Amino acid sequence: MTAPYGEISRNGLWSNNPALVQLLGLCPLLAVTGSVVNAIGLGLATTGVLTCSNLAVSLVRRQMPDTVRLPASVMIIATFVTCAELLMKAFTYELYLVLGIFIPLIVTNCTILGRADAFASKNPVLPSLVDGFMMGLGFTLVLITIGAVREVLGQGTLFADMDLLLGPMAADWTISVMGPDYPGFLVAVLPPGAFLVAGLLIAAKNTIDASIERRRSQQIKVMPGAKRVRVTGKIT
Amino acid sequence: MSLMRATSPHARAGDSTAKVMLQVAAATLPGVLALVIYFGIGVLINIALCSITALACEAAIVKLRQRPVAFYLKDCSAFVTALLLGIALPPYCPWWLPVIGASTAIVLAKHLYGGMGYNPFNPAMVGYVVLLISFPVDMTRWVGPAEIINGAPGIDEALSLVFGFGGYNVDGFTRATPLDIVRLNESVLLSQLYATEPVLDQGTVAGLGWEAANFGFLIGGLFLLFRRVITWHAPVAMLGTLTLMSLLFYDSGSSLSEGSPMLHLFSGATMLGAFFIITDPVSGATSNKGRLTFGAGVGLLVYIIRAWGSYPDAVAFAVLLMNFAAPTIDNYTLPRTYGHKSARRATDLEER
Repeated sequence: MTAPYGEISRNGLWSNNPALVQLLGLCPLLAVTGSVVNAIGLGLATTGVLTCSNLAVSLVRRQMPDTVRLPASVMIIATFVTCAELLMKAFTYELYLVLGIFIPLIVTNCTILGRADAFASKNPVLPSLVDGFMMGLGFTLVLITIGAVREVLGQGTLFADMDLLLGPMAADWTISVMGPDYPGFLVAVLPPGAFLVAGLLIAAKNTIDASIERRRSQQIKVMPGAKRVRVTGKIT
Repeated sequence: MSLMRATSPHARAGDSTAKVMLQVAAATLPGVLALVIYFGIGVLINIALCSITALACEAAIVKLRQRPVAFYLKDCSAFVTALLLGIALPPYCPWWLPVIGASTAIVLAKHLYGGMGYNPFNPAMVGYVVLLISFPVDMTRWVGPAEIINGAPGIDEALSLVFGFGGYNVDGFTRATPLDIVRLNESVLLSQLYATEPVLDQGTVAGLGWEAANFGFLIGGLFLLFRRVITWHAPVAMLGTLTLMSLLFYDSGSSLSEGSPMLHLFSGATMLGAFFIITDPVSGATSNKGRLTFGAGVGLLVYIIRAWGSYPDAVAFAVLLMNFAAPTIDNYTLPRTYGHKSARRATDLEER
């Protein structure tokens, strides 16, 4: 049997996106998306943890009795979060300082436990791996979108401080979108801005879904040939 | 003979939303006039910019929501929101402040929550607060009264300040507001402060210009009361609480005093808030008892934020915080319905 990888990918990236549809992991989503670099940093860490934890939970799924399934999953996730935290400390220490408590807090991100419990504990290894990666990617893309909008509105720049993540080669990647005299729309960087941008993004997704749905239903309605309408007898 | 068959109420005042809104707008006239006399035409520019933006946003978003555009524009509610925001903004601020503020007020605070009658927060105050926390520097520069800065900016100066050409800098016209002066003072007695600061020295109780503007809004508010557009409960509760609080911490004017009751009543946005902002029927409390609680809460918060906060004035924050509380206040202040033993709560279980 071939697992429906296309379906899994579409679920993670769009139709069951953890940030836009499941609304899981909102705490980091709202807290650290002040800039693109923060969003990418947290997104990558979350994707890494999610992929590894899905893989590990799927590997031991037959050995885990139901009674300890959740605690065991949490332990596995906590292990990978610790790995991610230590790795970030080693390689991107400045970014680690910026993200602060939100790296250890990945362990409480409901997306990760949710996927471990809803998917990895019921599915074979490879589909679980793909699911973890695609869910993480979907989460990361939403983080980056929100981060970009908030950074442009709040500071007038894009990709500022990318060297925190990518080293000195990215030091001059900063694009000044709004020009040097931009006063900075501070509310976009503050927490209310995160709620507003996330809400508008969810609204945009729903609008797109609705218009796709409308187009699809219109296509079905067009049928070739006339249809006989029954006008006699018992009409129910 | 055909009898008119209509259901009650049979006596009607013929008030429409537009009529009420226009009365509110008319009632701001004395206050606006005082602002123009003492601070120049900046407030009129603000009102104009806010109104144009607000009406354009209202039309666009009503169209987007597939509602009748002309009907919603004619009820003048967007205009009143813009008017109140324009009055609250500092005169001669850069043109994009009123534009951002008014569009935030209409799009975000009003229509995203469902439009006219559904907004849980006062739209004008949301616009103001978004601007205040986003652009604190521009939003806290208030020009001094005309007599102190040797004449308010003229029309060409005003336009160059607002639209940013001609090299004028608004810093040349700005002075600390009376509330700022008193709040930041920690060294001299209030009486000495009143003698040395020109804005307080040339005024009677609460700073030159400010007391006149507040007096103007008080007159306008009394007009609204007389026309029964608003009830007395919320304004009286707010002003009463503010007086009580400032009396408690006045300590007869030491260097650590937070200002006299008269200063708090007649400076800043007190009267505008009391009669025009907290009387908003949509975002405030509904019953009379609720209005009393709502007003008292606003008065208390205004004093707390003014005295121990770090913002120049507190009416906008206080109103938004109490807007949060309004549904809860409504729940606990439901009047007793005739025929019931006690007032019911919205959270009570339905009778079976």
